[in-house]
Amino acid sequence: MHYHSPTSVEDAVKVLAAQSGDCRILAGGTDLLVRMRSGLAEPDAILDIKRIDGMRSITREEGGFRVGAAVSGTEMAEHAALVAAWPGVVEATGLIGSTQIQGRATMAGNLCNASPAADSVPAMVAAGAVAQVAGPNGVRDIPVAQIPTGPGKTSLGPGEFVTSIFLPARPDRASDAYLRFIPRTEMDIAVVGCGVSITLDASGTCTEARVALGAVAPTVIEVPEAATALVGTPLDDPALSALSAACSAAASPISDKRGTVEFRTHVAGVLARRAAVIAKTRAGAA
Amino acid sequence: MALDSKSELREFKIVGTRPLRPDGIDKVTGKARFGADITAPGMLVGLVLRSPHAHARIVSIDTSRAEAVPGVHAVVTRADFAEPGEDVADILDNCMAGAKALYDGHAVAAIAASSGKIARDALKLIDVVYEVLPHVTDVDAAMKPGAPVLHEGRTDETVPEGLSPNVISRHEFGHGDIEAGLAQADRIVERTFQTEATHQGYIEPHACLAQMGPDGQADLWCCTQGHYMARNVCAEILGLEQGQLRVTASEIGGGFGGKTTVFLEPVALMLARKSGRPVKMVMTRSEVLRATGPTASSSIDVKIGMTKDGRITAGFAELRYQGGAYPGSPVDMGSMSAFAPYDLEHVKTIGWDVVTNRPKQAAYRAPGAPMAAFAVESAIDELARGFGLDPLEVRLKNAAREGTRASYGPTYPAIGLEATLRTAKDHPHWSAPLGENQGRGVACGFWFNFGGDTCVTLNITPDGTVTVSEGNPDIGGSRASMSMMAAEELGIPYEKVRTIVADTGSLGQNEVTDGSRVTFAVGLATIEAARAAIREMCKRAAMVWGIEPEAVEWVDGAAQPAGPNAGEHPPMTLAEIAAIASNTGGPIAGHHEANPEGAGVSFATHMVDTEVDPDTGAVKILRYTVFQDAGKAIHPAYVEGQFQGGAVQGIGWALNEEYIYGEDGVLQNAGFLDYRVPVASDLPMIDTVILEIPNPGHPYGVRGVGETSIVPPLAAVANAVSAASGVRMTSLPISPPKLLAALHER
Ligand SMILES: Cc1cc2nc3c(=O)[nH]c(=O)nc-3n(C[C@H](O)[C@H](O)[C@H](O)COP(=O)(O)OP(=O)(O)OC[C@H]3O[C@@H](n4cnc5c(N)ncnc54)[C@H](O)[C@@H]3O)c2cc1C
Repeated sequence: MHYHSPTSVEDAVKVLAAQSGDCRILAGGTDLLVRMRSGLAEPDAILDIKRIDGMRSITREEGGFRVGAAVSGTEMAEHAALVAAWPGVVEATGLIGSTQIQGRATMAGNLCNASPAADSVPAMVAAGAVAQVAGPNGVRDIPVAQIPTGPGKTSLGPGEFVTSIFLPARPDRASDAYLRFIPRTEMDIAVVGCGVSITLDASGTCTEARVALGAVAPTVIEVPEAATALVGTPLDDPALSALSAACSAAASPISDKRGTVEFRTHVAGVLARRAAVIAKTRAGAA
Repeated sequence: MALDSKSELREFKIVGTRPLRPDGIDKVTGKARFGADITAPGMLVGLVLRSPHAHARIVSIDTSRAEAVPGVHAVVTRADFAEPGEDVADILDNCMAGAKALYDGHAVAAIAASSGKIARDALKLIDVVYEVLPHVTDVDAAMKPGAPVLHEGRTDETVPEGLSPNVISRHEFGHGDIEAGLAQADRIVERTFQTEATHQGYIEPHACLAQMGPDGQADLWCCTQGHYMARNVCAEILGLEQGQLRVTASEIGGGFGGKTTVFLEPVALMLARKSGRPVKMVMTRSEVLRATGPTASSSIDVKIGMTKDGRITAGFAELRYQGGAYPGSPVDMGSMSAFAPYDLEHVKTIGWDVVTNRPKQAAYRAPGAPMAAFAVESAIDELARGFGLDPLEVRLKNAAREGTRASYGPTYPAIGLEATLRTAKDHPHWSAPLGENQGRGVACGFWFNFGGDTCVTLNITPDGTVTVSEGNPDIGGSRASMSMMAAEELGIPYEKVRTIVADTGSLGQNEVTDGSRVTFAVGLATIEAARAAIREMCKRAAMVWGIEPEAVEWVDGAAQPAGPNAGEHPPMTLAEIAAIASNTGGPIAGHHEANPEGAGVSFATHMVDTEVDPDTGAVKILRYTVFQDAGKAIHPAYVEGQFQGGAVQGIGWALNEEYIYGEDGVLQNAGFLDYRVPVASDLPMIDTVILEIPNPGHPYGVRGVGETSIVPPLAAVANAVSAASGVRMTSLPISPPKLLAALHER
């Protein structure tokens, strides 16, 4: 097995283009190395992105934040401005694994691992995050929601990889939240996850909203009906009930060892309501 | 055996204190050597090929392609083993399948190769032709006529006609007349309960290293609860003499009963015999879950009658346990223990042992009792609450006491159930306020405890320190406890004694570390060995002083003249006697071999507060208190640890742990991600209250404490959930989807 550790995006693209066998991108390795250890993945080559210039920094851009693909959850949580602007995205990434995992795990890795239950992804989708992708045909920007196409599958082409995640600028009175349901308190996998992002006007009326659900479909889904239920309301009880109903209606989960269809469908609505209340408080509603 | 009837009056100097454990530093610094840490020069890696089918006839196994791989030194199948004797036949079949693979994960072949990679690749080249058969994993389904049959002809004479051959035996206990008792009741509760199989969940996977020479001498290092058991079983399977196979136990990262049998060891020895090289085998977590013993799953009918003032008039239970692919589920012990905490005039239990296409169950902490207690204690709770009675009062009203005829036969000597109930009632936990969606539950539990074959040798070294050799792997801090008891008896500091777990060449037969027996039985033998050494030391002093040995007594670590008639001699300390041992008759030692009776039954009462999230069905454990009788707590910190550990394992069993099988009979959650043991953040601190009602069968009053603590929590948690949510959960685990569905149905 070959191990590559390029220092520039250009070199990385070249190395990837030259691969004939199975080459995997290595970010934090908390998915990849575990899969290799257990024999589920036996790649011919690994390309470690952690030494690539810019991959480990969080930079301000157009009032928003560009988070390098190798930035760990812990580094995000230590970035005060990022936490203030996108508390839901940071808390979602912060739910991944344990303290040890946190020091390594990345948002981009969570996204490209393409698990329907990935914790940071519903929060990123609700945030309207955009992934920057480099590859043989240059650089392109693509909404995060369009990267996973099914369990373990992405829309990334051959030789492509994610270089950063962009979280847009936030107006005043805007915030987000993420909640997941797990049977334990940690070290578990989301049975349902829900990210909610909202913007309020001066009177406390919701002017913009985005809601995404995890673990209730083959990929994380955005629920436009849920956003519609919130926009134009003060996020009062009827609006929250409509939000719940929209999320339960949008959920099309399966029954498996982690939960039943009925359970996931109901809890999707419960979590959406609870996350919306948290986001509303964070946005500074009275 | 010396029974110090006044043990409660004895003033202890060391017993009851909390010294550091002798294995602590090695364990926290990573120096301790567990099963997988043992190596030998030229060692090969052994791996097992496992059945992907729940039930299949093995038509053929072709190992030639694997054998041809460079680096592969041996391939073993069942064909390599001689026809086993009856008492090890099932054990061998479980270690290496014969005619049929009986469960998903059942071993069918093994390879020893010079590297793990070669072994892994070569495993894929073993060609097994299976004829897949219909399978059954549910106990009730397996009992029905027409169910897929695992074995023909294993049913014993206790089983009536008309049931599936999967029903192996029927057990009955009790006394009185159930119908007459029920007729006196003001209310009868009749319910069916289910529990899923749960795994012991020890952190350390099974591991061993085997070596066998052409001279017939063999050595085995393994992680086990009983290396004497491993020796005897492996010797019989491999056709070795017991004296020629030396087994050394490694440090052990948990067992809880699951390491009281063998899985890898006979296979590793056979690979070592065939290859002529040492062979090491280490299981993965998935192998541990698929192929080593979980406990039985159960289905239990309970019928209990009660008067409106809380007197139980009759108790009946019919228990069906599946213990995996071979006979021997602990349904007999479930049936014996179900009503053991209560003084009942009319009581009866019937137990059915059933086989299914699951891994052979292994002992798990009070085997069979937690499920039975779940059923009985839930029904009692329902009756008590139905009458508006205090559930602790109801249990006190019916509690077994000294002189009570137990439901399983014997009459109890002094026991501690009542004390645990009274202490629970007076504890601040019982009267603490509860909030919305919160509820409190209580339950009682019982365990037999056990003695068993035991050997201890205690040696006095020339510099006056003491070594104790015992034959029981130390799972719960027993080396510290043995050193404490030896030091107490000898009258020397704890630090002057070092206890080791000796290999099978060093001592006589020792029963495995099970049945909560070690502090009781090995402790008793340690005390007796110390007394033997004391007698010898008194003799040596008598010799020096020129008086009769009877005129010498042992006080505070020294020999002294027993009275004025014995003459004026300054005391001789243990170290002084040790220093001149060579000139007074040679080295000094004491030893004791016994199979002690009188282990002393043990009881506990548990109290737990839960909060139920009505929107998700999630259950949070808010507060938990264990009240248990320890007889005498030698090292209270370890006793508390046993109480806490049992409670936590029971909480896992109650809430989230379960074996999940697909339609295909394949285990779906063979890993710690989806086999959910509680993590630290799921739990409050588990509070403990140690009660000490001395066991007359032990010189210091010790009772085993390791198992009773897992008996009450299943019911205690279920009762608390019922109090918090208003729904009675009769099927474990009370996972969120199940509880939410029950809340919605209401
Ligand atoms: C103990 C434990 C607990 C966990 N708990 C959780 C949890 O609670 N919630 C959760 O969602 N996940 C959890 N995970 C999974 C994992 O930690 C996360 O998915 C994590 O975000 C992965 O990030 P990483 O940087 O470690 O990815 P890696 O393992 O490095 O990569 C993951 C996958 O994505 C690919 N990849 C990585 N980076 C890129 C890139 N820039 N471009 C293209 N492809 C890329 C890799 O090739 C690989 O296939 C847990 C894992 C462990 C071991």
